[in-house]
Amino acid sequence: MDNYSKHKHDVLIIGAGGAGLRAAIEASVTGASVGLVSKSLLGKAHTVMAEGGMAAALSNVDERDNWQVHFADTMRGGQYLNNWRMAEIHAQEAPERVRELEAWGAVFDRTKEGKILQRNFGGHAYPRLAHVGDRTGLEMLRTLQDHGVHQGLDDYQECTITRLFKDGDRVTGAFGYDRESGHFRIFQAGAVIIATGGIGRAFKVTSNSWEGTGDGHSLGYEAGAELIDMEFIQFHPTGMVWPPSVRGLLVTEGVRGEGGALKNSEGQRFMYDDIPPLYENQTADTPEEGWRYVTGDREARRPAELLTRDHVARSIVREVKEGRGSPHGGVFLDIAWIKEKIPNAEEHIKRKLPAMYHQFMELAGIDITKEPMEVGPTTHYVMGGIRVDPESQMSTVQGLFAAGEAGAGLHGANRLGGNSLSDLLVFGKRAGEHAASFANEKGMSDIDPEEIHRAEQEALDPLKRQSQSTSLNPYQLQFELQDLLQDKVGIIRKEDTLEEATKEIDELAKKAKSVAVTGNRKFNPGWHTALDLKHLLTVAKACACSALAREESRGAHSRIDFPDKETSYWAKHTIGLRKGEDGDMEVVKTPIPEIPEKLQKIIGEQG
Amino acid sequence: MTTATFNIWRGDAAGGEFTEYTTELSEGMVVLDAMHQVQAEQAQDLAIRWNCKAGKCGSCSAEVNGMPKLMCMTRMSDLPTDEPITIQPLKAFPLIKDLVTDVSWNYKVKKKIAPFKPRQPDFEDGSWEMHQSDVDRVQEFRKCIECYLCQDVCHVLRDHHMHEEFIGPRFLVYSAALEMHPLDTEDRREDLRETQGVGLCNITKCCTKVCPEGITITDNAIIPLKERVVDDAYDPLTKLVQLVTKKKG
Repeated sequence: MDNYSKHKHDVLIIGAGGAGLRAAIEASVTGASVGLVSKSLLGKAHTVMAEGGMAAALSNVDERDNWQVHFADTMRGGQYLNNWRMAEIHAQEAPERVRELEAWGAVFDRTKEGKILQRNFGGHAYPRLAHVGDRTGLEMLRTLQDHGVHQGLDDYQECTITRLFKDGDRVTGAFGYDRESGHFRIFQAGAVIIATGGIGRAFKVTSNSWEGTGDGHSLGYEAGAELIDMEFIQFHPTGMVWPPSVRGLLVTEGVRGEGGALKNSEGQRFMYDDIPPLYENQTADTPEEGWRYVTGDREARRPAELLTRDHVARSIVREVKEGRGSPHGGVFLDIAWIKEKIPNAEEHIKRKLPAMYHQFMELAGIDITKEPMEVGPTTHYVMGGIRVDPESQMSTVQGLFAAGEAGAGLHGANRLGGNSLSDLLVFGKRAGEHAASFANEKGMSDIDPEEIHRAEQEALDPLKRQSQSTSLNPYQLQFELQDLLQDKVGIIRKEDTLEEATKEIDELAKKAKSVAVTGNRKFNPGWHTALDLKHLLTVAKACACSALAREESRGAHSRIDFPDKETSYWAKHTIGLRKGEDGDMEVVKTPIPEIPEKLQKIIGEQG
Repeated sequence: MTTATFNIWRGDAAGGEFTEYTTELSEGMVVLDAMHQVQAEQAQDLAIRWNCKAGKCGSCSAEVNGMPKLMCMTRMSDLPTDEPITIQPLKAFPLIKDLVTDVSWNYKVKKKIAPFKPRQPDFEDGSWEMHQSDVDRVQEFRKCIECYLCQDVCHVLRDHHMHEEFIGPRFLVYSAALEMHPLDTEDRREDLRETQGVGLCNITKCCTKVCPEGITITDNAIIPLKERVVDDAYDPLTKLVQLVTKKKG
């Protein structure tokens, strides 16, 4: 008897966060048989942690907004390294995707006229983020989940995929294990969609849940897909810094969207000290003008606190480094100050930012309606991922699609807040639709039994090593990797430390081959961690190699040895990574597609 | 360095026992941190379900000194450390291993509840007019993170094991969110009365007390549902109309 279960699906989706669920719904609607695999229980994905909202030019709050402005904002935020076509599709289709959520039961906050309310966020010209207080991600995920389970899809909860199968150029399925029992599953599929989210767990200080181990990036890479933009890792400027156990936990940009002020230890609004030329025309000259913007004055410009995340994160690092930080190595984020401006400020804060109020009250003992928060940068999002076709989301491997954070192209060198949730919906839908049609057209291919055997052995290796005396603890190795990336591939980078990082990652990869775990296959987190290590190491290497290759500073990538933007070569090239024939990681530089004239014009007009 | 000692349940459906672990404490630590530390240093295969460590996903539910809690939101500084702290899995669901239980029953129950069915859109672009005052009530229910602590503490499930007859507080809140959604046109009252056991709740409010999201489960969701169901079934005027129209009640 085979010691695994076999499943057949037209479309296999790996990951059940926003992108995976949206893809699953779309593929199911076409009549395709859909398998939806998730590492966690359904409805627990990292998407629930998204707070601020989803960006879509609904123009409910400011009628001057439209897809063209959203497109131009996204391109500017990404420092023009974005795939222009993805940015165009995203801006055009996001409003429809948001309205659709409402038709499936989502309950957004409302405007006075009874429409979906939109809030201000960094880098967006107008109030654009549809939201529900500061728990928008939960609303979105729950809506997709509750709608999705009635579409006839099969879900495999708490199941981890460790390898993709291929036949020639084409993906044929995947191998995975049930976390609960350790039981193996073989999925045969006409098309596979990677919707596994991010890589935040490669870093020590992160806002990501345990799931962000880069599985999809690594599965795709191993299967021959190209990764791009891996040097661009978004360090969200405001994570909690104290107490230590919650270091990195996200503090929503919504705090600044509601008027929150960043201050250094001298009480200065330091964000006003350095405004990048690209944003000079759009940014307030004084905190007073910024406050007027936040409260809806259409003549006022955005407060400096709402500059893009890359810039805010660097400014915080500068303040701390120059000795103007808060007691625990961050800066102050003050929302309580708005009581000088509005009556009932306490009520207002609790209503607009309920999750933040509770988070600080319960985890740090701080009442944000009365005192400032201490915040600092935290690893939040990877702009890089699997290179995809902008229309279909298919990768460079036939039948392998990617959507959401695991895909790349939309955000360029820096993602605007709020563009992630809309990304999940817009490109999740497209991936589902195109994967279903690919599967319908091409049918399924057989899986090579040899490959199954190899995948099984690979998964069992760490358990077999438990009796060896030289064996290493998987948790320990993961900690070492996290420290390494934090120190050497973090916010501020330079050549020699990046070179050290690539070497040290290789050494850790060698060590990972001796990792052993105790116990058996039944819900064994030690074993799970050991198997995740391979993915973490692959994405770590990809980040370090790309960061080393890009000899300039742009967006989320900052090099002290190349502090400026380089406008001739690097402004026009993306860095890709492929698995070479010898098994080594190859760096590929590709010119970015030229922006068509009509879109160029839109960018020009939005200055 | 201060330490804390835990009695953690180790075992599976076949049996098990409490095992003692001592680990160091650091400032601001929550129970989940301590469990992770034990896992990394002393018990690699200690089964824990968790995700966000931020009180947003509802995965790390367990019983801490007998109280249903999210381990990620329970600070060590709020627990007495002069004696061992007991950590055990939720009692209302079958045990898988250590602190992890089989919560699949909840997914089955939810799937049986009639889904959202909106009225025709008000505008051509497919949208509706809804005011904040119309949605406040539903938004409270939609804060639910599905941690199932309310299911765990509900005596109808926990002590009387009436999982076949009663959907539990979580799904009464879910039903309330649908029933009170301004756009919804579905009628779930008969299901609530006949197969979902809304009458079995006897309003002890234990669920409300453990809700980490502070949802007023009993007062705002269950009692209004009970009233709707009762109005539907026993309202004399409705009865009369039904009698005249010969429609079954």
